[in-house]
Amino acid sequence: MTIPSRAGLGLKAQHYDVILDTRPDVGWFEVHAENYMGAGGPPHHYLTRIRRDYPLSLHGVGLSIGGAQPLDEAHLARLRDLAERYEPGLVSEHLAWSTHDDIYLNDLLPLPYTDEAVMRVSDHLDRMQQVLRRQVLLENPSTYVAFENSALSEIDFLQAVAKQSGCGLLLDVNNVLVSATNQGYSAEAYIDAFPLDLVGEIHLGGHATEREATGGTLLIDAHDRAVDDQVWALYARTLARGGAKPSLIEWDNDLPAWETLYAETLTAERFIAAQVFCGPKDPAPLPRTQHAVAR
Amino acid sequence: MPSLADLQGGFAAALRDAGLPPPATIAGQARQPQSRRFDVYRNNRMASLIEALESAFPALRQLVGDAFFKAAAKAYIDLDPPQSPVLLLYGQGFGKFLDGFPPASQVPYLGDVARLEWARLNAFHAADAASLAIDRLAALPPADLAGLRFELHPSLQLLHSRWPVVSLWASSSGTDPDAAVEMSQGQDAMVIRPALNADTRILPAGGYDFIGRLLAGAPLAEAAELAALRDPAFDLAVHLQGLFEVGAVTAVLPAGPEPKQE
Repeated sequence: MTIPSRAGLGLKAQHYDVILDTRPDVGWFEVHAENYMGAGGPPHHYLTRIRRDYPLSLHGVGLSIGGAQPLDEAHLARLRDLAERYEPGLVSEHLAWSTHDDIYLNDLLPLPYTDEAVMRVSDHLDRMQQVLRRQVLLENPSTYVAFENSALSEIDFLQAVAKQSGCGLLLDVNNVLVSATNQGYSAEAYIDAFPLDLVGEIHLGGHATEREATGGTLLIDAHDRAVDDQVWALYARTLARGGAKPSLIEWDNDLPAWETLYAETLTAERFIAAQVFCGPKDPAPLPRTQHAVAR
Repeated sequence: MPSLADLQGGFAAALRDAGLPPPATIAGQARQPQSRRFDVYRNNRMASLIEALESAFPALRQLVGDAFFKAAAKAYIDLDPPQSPVLLLYGQGFGKFLDGFPPASQVPYLGDVARLEWARLNAFHAADAASLAIDRLAALPPADLAGLRFELHPSLQLLHSRWPVVSLWASSSGTDPDAAVEMSQGQDAMVIRPALNADTRILPAGGYDFIGRLLAGAPLAEAAELAALRDPAFDLAVHLQGLFEVGAVTAVLPAGPEPKQE
């Protein structure tokens, strides 16, 4: 089942029952692949039932696409098995690394934007797409540090990898704001330069704001709250140029009541509708007003 | 210019050891001593791994309190970090670690409580299988019973403890807050998840040996004999009935030719 250009929601175990009992009008759901890599049990029981009624997107968080070392073939096989079982409309992973030697570090770690890294990431995506026999989307990261030896911009890096591997891109608009703020560049300029024709999915999430000892602002990609107004504005800017895309609300920590989460998808759908009906000239006024009411 | 492998090696080492400075490969302001930027990665990693253990060992956390649990979890993560991205099943060695964790020396049963929760976690994620009802046995000629072999549910786990591990778990998990905990009495536990919910039981006399032999593929009579030898109070009828009642039997295999033992 293909993923429609509507709002989707990150699926959480806490909401299995409400989804199956009320069948809410949500365009699609996304799961973290690694949460469904047990052999059986309740996770598969519920996902199987939800998958019967909704398109599903599979989002990997642990393959370490950006690792200098070869991909973990056993993990790739688990991902392939899961994709065969649930036939997701989209499969995505991160521009990041998370394993070194045989230790899994459980975080999406940043890469230097070098030619060597372009080669590694492209080779790994090649392998992943070959095993899964489909195109994969690669997500732009949220970063807190950059590397001295980075020679390419993030966008040039992503474009080079997409060109070499044939992968698509997943544009996380919250990550754009987090990285732009932390690295001191313009989030708007980043969105304006992003190759939106390669984008198969958009992510929207909440971030935390911290004050650095040095006086600067540090944004943390926390996924623990509602989408920030600045992120909605960047989202509208993205839609205005790139048109409607499948758009995911990510809320992974400090989960709110179902109604709050559902309201976030309605807000995203208003932005999409405004784009479809008002056209690219005037994306903002309608959704922003209604967004305030939805809160 | 560092190779990608070297850069990641240095980054990973600094990530795992808060005593090291941030890696020299990172740019500008993040390398300054007052910057917290590299610490964001350190904190993300440690907090998310502690969270994984908290969700795997909720009763243990309740039993020892939040602060003790976090300290133990952190020490365990430093010693035995995950080697797989499938964090659902991280923490296999936590029980053994707690056995030798000096601050826990006054509470020597923590390791077994962790092992019981590990068994429950494995049961939760184990493969699914349909259970048989006991009338399957009634259909067989009585003479065939002795040689039957049972296939048991993939989620079934056994635990032998010299502590009242099930009562300790039940009282701290909220399953049975009033569970009587008699510290002098060891308990053998069985965990099984026939459908959606894991079932944690105290095994009656001989049960651990009986089910253990069945799991190893022994025929019914042999498993029963061994259990009776270990514990004269073993009651085969009670155990058979119990096994079927909890949904532990997924297939009954007719007596085959005895493997020759010479």
